[in-house]
This record gives sequence, C-alpha cells and structure tokens, in this order.
Amino acid sequence: MAIGTLPARAAPARLPWRTRVRELLDRERILGPLFITPALILLALLVAYPFVMALYFALSNSFIGRPSQFIGITNFIRLWDSDAFRQTFQNAFVFTGISVAFKLVLGISLALLLSQQLWFKRVIRGAVLLPWVIPTALSTLGWWWMFNSLYSVVNWTGIALGIMDPPGPNWLGQKYYAMAAVITVNIWRGLPFFAITILAGLVAIPKELYEAAQADGAGPWSRFWYVTLPMLKPVLAVVVLFSTIFTFSDFNIVYVLTHGGPINSTHLFATYSRMIGLESGRIGEGAAVSLYLFPLLVFVVWAQLRFVRKQAY
Amino acid sequence: MSRRALSTKVLMHVLLLPFLVFALFPFYHMTMTSLKQDRELYDRYAVPLIIKQGPTLDHYTKLLRETEFLTWTKNSLLVTAIATSASVVIATIAAYALSRLKFLGVNAFGTGIFVTYLVPTSLLFLPLAQVINWLGLADSKWALIVTYPTFLVPFCTWLLMGYFRTVPKEVEECAMVDGATRMQALWRIVLPIAIPGLVCAILFAFTLSWNEFIYALTFTSSSEQITASVGVTSELIRGDIYFWGELMAGAILGSVPIVILYVFFLDYYVSGLTAGAVK
Repeated sequence: MAIGTLPARAAPARLPWRTRVRELLDRERILGPLFITPALILLALLVAYPFVMALYFALSNSFIGRPSQFIGITNFIRLWDSDAFRQTFQNAFVFTGISVAFKLVLGISLALLLSQQLWFKRVIRGAVLLPWVIPTALSTLGWWWMFNSLYSVVNWTGIALGIMDPPGPNWLGQKYYAMAAVITVNIWRGLPFFAITILAGLVAIPKELYEAAQADGAGPWSRFWYVTLPMLKPVLAVVVLFSTIFTFSDFNIVYVLTHGGPINSTHLFATYSRMIGLESGRIGEGAAVSLYLFPLLVFVVWAQLRFVRKQAY
Repeated sequence: MSRRALSTKVLMHVLLLPFLVFALFPFYHMTMTSLKQDRELYDRYAVPLIIKQGPTLDHYTKLLRETEFLTWTKNSLLVTAIATSASVVIATIAAYALSRLKFLGVNAFGTGIFVTYLVPTSLLFLPLAQVINWLGLADSKWALIVTYPTFLVPFCTWLLMGYFRTVPKEVEECAMVDGATRMQALWRIVLPIAIPGLVCAILFAFTLSWNEFIYALTFTSSSEQITASVGVTSELIRGDIYFWGELMAGAILGSVPIVILYVFFLDYYVSGLTAGAVK
C-alpha cells in the first residue's frame, strides 16, 4: 500500500514549494478565510468572549477578588429598584434626547450655511470640525474651567451682557444646570459630525430638483421642506442612529465634568457602571448596568442593517 | 458679483459667526488661561478674555519639568503607533477579503464586523479589565496596545471595504490575466489605487487611539504607564487644589499631535467622515 501511494503523493511535491503556496493563495476559498483570520481571532478573544463574560457577571454576585455565584437576574431587579439607577436611566434619556435633537437641528442649519458660497471655505470647515478631532477628555477640561464656580467665563460673559444676575449659576454644583452643562459639551463635540455628514448629503442632491421646484414657483422655504429634507432623509437617519448609540454610551464628558454628580443627577450608564463595578467593586452589578445599554444597541444595529446597509450594497 | 449676491454672501458669514465662536471659544480660552500669570488668573476682578499683565510660559515649563507629562506623551505615542499599524494591517487584508473574495461565511463575517463597529467601548470595559488581568497586563501600556485594535480593526475594515469597492474589479483581473498572482495584484494594483483610503484609515485610527479615554483610565494607573489624556485629567489634580494654568497647558500640549495631523490632512478627515467614519 505504502509503496503504491507514494508516487501519487510525490508528484505535486516535485513542484517548487513556493509555487504551490502561490497557487493555494490564488484560490479565493483559501485566501479569503486566511485574510480574515487575524481579525476573527482578535474579535473573538477580545470582543465576543468579554461580552459573554459581561453576561455571566451580570447574572452573578461577582465582587473583586471573591468567588462568585449565579444569582439569575437579581442584579437587574435590584438596580431597577434603586433610586440612583432610576435616576441614571432617566438621565440617559434626557441627555441623549436633548443632545441629539439639538445636534440635528443645529447640524442641518450649519450644513446649509456651509454649503453656500463662502470666503475661506476650507478654513471655516476646518474650524467647524475642530471640536470633533481634539481628545474629548482634554477639551472637556477646558469646559470644566469655563464652568468653574468661582472663575466661570460663561458667567462673566453673561453678567457683562446683562443676561445673568451676579454671581450667576454654579453650573456643575446644581442639578439642572449640571445636566445643561454636560449636554452643552456633548452638542459642542458632536455638532461637527452632524454638520459635515449632512453637508455631504446636501451636496449630493441633484441641482435639477431645485431648478424644477423653482420653475414651479416654490420659494426657499418650500424648496427646503419639499426637496432638501426628503432627499436628506437617509443621511439624517444614519446620523441620528449613530449619534444615539454613542451619545447614550457616552463616558468622557460626564466623567471629566461632573463625575456623575451632584447626587447622581448627571450619571449615565457608562459612568454609573464604572462607579459601581470598579470604584465599589461590585462587578456583577456594574456589568448589569452597562447591559441595560444592550437593548438599545440591538435596536440600532437592527435599524442600521435594515435601512443603511441596503443602500450601501 | 451683483450687490444682492454680495449682501447674501455677507449675511451667510454673519450667520456662521455664532457657530464659529461656539466651536473655537473653548480653545481660545484654554490658550489664554495657560499663558496667564497666576496673579491675573485668580483675580476675580480681571477680564478673563484677555491677558493684561503680560503672557508667561511658566505653566508650560512647570508642566514639563515638575510632572511626568513627557512620559505620558511618550506612552501615548507608543500605544498609538503600535495599535494603529497593527490594526491597519489586519483591517486591510480583512477588508480586501470581505469586499473582493467569495468564500464560505463572507457575509456573516461582514455583518459581524459591522456589529462590532457599533459596540461602544463603555459596554465592555469591565470584563475586558478581567481579561487584561488574566493576560498579566494589568497596569501596563501593553494592555492598551492589545485592546485598542478591538475598536480600530472593525472601524478600519469598514472604512477600507468602501474604498476597495471603488477599485474596478477589471483592473485587478487584467493584471491576473497577464500572469500576476492575486497577491501581486493586491500589492501592486489594488493597494496603490486605494492609498487615499489607507491614509484615511491610518489618520482615523491614530486619532481614535490618541483620544481613547475609558480603557486607558481603567487598565492603567501608575504614572509610568498612563497616556496623556489620563495623565492630564487625573495626575494634575491633587485633592481640592487645581492648578488651572498647568491643566490647560497640559490639555493643549496633549492635543498638539492631533492638531498637526489635522492641519495637514484636513481634506482626508472630511472625506473619511463622509465615507462613514463616525466614532
């Protein structure tokens, strides 16, 4: 047997080794899986596996440096019953709702302005985009200083313009003002993304549509309402979906500006999860907090796959 | 230009002004603060918008001499450089396979990449901290080098898939008919055409890892291991005494690498943003 099969095996081996490798690499069915293997291993080990761990943590009474037991959905129920978590839950919706609404309206306005004939077009676009590229944690430090209780330049300006009574609000120390402050910074940092993406959508609208509308006697407002907005709809959907998920899961701004305070009034899922999971060591409960983000993530992924990718292909 | 057109144009600039002030004022104020003498900085009756008593570089020299700022910056550079290069290589071959080759599971993996692209880092930092412990990388900048690709690879893959699709298949097929192997066609034909996409991927990966905060804050803590963002936000604040001048100087210097890239590659940032770079 062995003697009989040997020549058959030896035949391809006579080809130089490099040629054989090259031939294998030319086959899509081999090269394809080979090319995605590094990414696959990385994502399996450091995304999929931690995700499963997060699920397990959330269902256990895991505590730093102590063996843990399975306790079912007790963490989720206990969280739901706690005032601090309810506050966080409510904050997340207020923060996201108001921020995204402002970013959308201001983003459309800014994009419309940027699409006009402008002097120094490049410089203006560069300036508008700047807040988005600078490290958020560092630029938020600047805002922290601007909202400082003693030296706030915001209050100084407000008083100088006669809008505020001295000494002006203690931005980061009062409940609603603190929320207003974190929302302001979020709008500041997220607006460029909205404006530039919507601008790209605006530029892509065929000029003929406007000419036709004008010929039919449409004024600027109805041209915006009946041509621009419907044509922008897909872009707006993408931008709002992306922004919703990243605003909901925001961490940097709240952590630097208020640390969730005063009295939890600005905590979001991410900052609260860090406080419970790392600062208090209750990993199980902390993981459960961030998993409350999960239904929203599933919805956004579903919506994106349904609406967005259809257009991409 | 008619008078009417000119006045419309002027009006547009006037309307843009509040947006520009909103976008730029924080940077202006940070710069002013970092250049002011403490005497003026903490004078409650001084005008905060301008420097009257002469600028000083004291805060910058203090930051560089008396804190570990340069170490943090070096850490940031090292982490960013390694994570970015590794991620772009991994993402390039994955994106090529996903956009060009037919094989079992290609669609499922493409969807998987898109889903992980949407997963926010704040969802996974707790369990990842455990994985980091098991890997023996706790409180080491290598923890960041290992974990940053988890968001960089999906991001770059997604971005590059778009660019690879714009390279006509025929170009590659022509080369292969002329006797080039697929690897040669990729290396000599497809990649050179996709260079704008690669530049974009590198820029965004660099920016994302330089700006990353929550992993850096969670996985590293000692002064020799932390990155610039974490160092400036946590090490410069001791107790209740804030050194605002140094803080602002640190925030500005920590942004310098990004600003330099930004000034030179502005158009790539804009085009990358419109090509679907969102994080």
